[in-house]
Amino acid sequence: MHIVDGALSLPVLAAGGVLAAGGVAIGLARTDGDRLPEVGILSASFFVASLVHVPIGPSSVHLILNGLIGLALGWAAFPALAVGLLLQAVFFGFGGLIVLGVNIVNIAAPAVVVGALLGPWVRRCRPAVAVVWGGVAGAAAIAATAVMVALSLAASGDAFVPAAKLVVVAHLPVMLVEGVLTAAAVGLIRTVKPTLFDPPGLAAVPRGSGDG
Amino acid sequence: MHKSLEHAGVSWTGQPVRRAGRDGGRGIAALDPRTRIMLALALAAAVVAASGLAAKAAGLAVAVGLARAARLARRPTLKRLLAVDLFVVAMVVMLPFTTPGTPLLTLGPLVASVEGLVHAVAIGLTANAVVLALLALVGTMDAVTLGHALARLGAPARLVEILMITVRYLDVIGREYRRMRTAMKARAFRLAGTLHGWRSIGYLLGMLLVRSLERAERVAAAMKCRGYRGRLPLIDRLRFGPPDRVALAVGLTLAVLAVGLDRLAGA
Repeated sequence: MHIVDGALSLPVLAAGGVLAAGGVAIGLARTDGDRLPEVGILSASFFVASLVHVPIGPSSVHLILNGLIGLALGWAAFPALAVGLLLQAVFFGFGGLIVLGVNIVNIAAPAVVVGALLGPWVRRCRPAVAVVWGGVAGAAAIAATAVMVALSLAASGDAFVPAAKLVVVAHLPVMLVEGVLTAAAVGLIRTVKPTLFDPPGLAAVPRGSGDG
Repeated sequence: MHKSLEHAGVSWTGQPVRRAGRDGGRGIAALDPRTRIMLALALAAAVVAASGLAAKAAGLAVAVGLARAARLARRPTLKRLLAVDLFVVAMVVMLPFTTPGTPLLTLGPLVASVEGLVHAVAIGLTANAVVLALLALVGTMDAVTLGHALARLGAPARLVEILMITVRYLDVIGREYRRMRTAMKARAFRLAGTLHGWRSIGYLLGMLLVRSLERAERVAAAMKCRGYRGRLPLIDRLRFGPPDRVALAVGLTLAVLAVGLDRLAGA
């Protein structure tokens, strides 16, 4: 979810900006020049995926998929999401400009953590088991994002605490949808193209040298 | 799929693209893209840094002026602002009741405070001013120009590289997605909020990623054949001229003045 400009306090904005810049720098440093096209094209796919509205009950949610992004891109999730969020802010007016750093960190940091913690399991398990870890990754990344958005709001003033709680509750259905969706996607990818989970921002192994 | 993405690089937002140099133009279109980015940043920073309503309202007025000068198409712009405003509306409704202070209105156990209302209005003014200024100044250039301008402003070369490739392939991947959705429809799939629906979309997006990666491998191989070594040459005709100097000087002065006056008034 995109926080708008004007809501957060200056220290939160500054912290977000610094962390986002650091994350993007690490992501870029860990990405081989050869694999920039890959990061760019996957970033475009996730951008397209984020425009999909999935119905749930009487309403619908739009996807974030940061769990899947973390599994596929590792640290490169930071530059990929920075590009996506910048384009959304500039051309669609989603979110804001000064708040961009906070929005990047809130979505990309859970992606990187989930990719680092659950990535090895998703890579090594049998596809049937990887599906479970994929579901956990999808739901956990959204949960972490919701908590971080809530914390950014709560850190900006006590008056935001009820709104912050509402953010967490509102993300529960999104967690369910993204968990199911990511599980299915991980199962398919593990069967069809397992090298997708060798992220450019994690391993130094060139893609194609494995069994793929 | 977003209709506005169908012509990525031309005008995603239904806004007329205004490029400096190539198609000349007056007003905002005559300014260098770098100047437009810097002005948008200055306005956003000033509106966010200011704490008084007067300064924020002035910022919104400037942003509305910019939007008119950029001749933004009215309906798509209002739609975008409304999307922002749903979040703002939720805040406006909640904030007065959650901020302690001078009571304004009492609804049963709930008490709305003046301070909370002021805060809510401030957020609304800021969010709209920033988005409007962004759409007017930056949203009216095509995405490739944005990439070039960011590179010239010192953004990391690799980040710009990723941005340019993303922009290049958004439309391609978007069409791939639509093709797959059409194929699902042809097999009588109807998207509903059920386990089956979500799993099917999961398979669809998984397949989209697989195809994207395979495309990326082909693209990377083709680029390497042509001597790509992690850097695309940026060929553009950005020109930073006298109008840019004037616009930047005026914009930055106004931003600093506004924040200064706001601080003085608040002290």
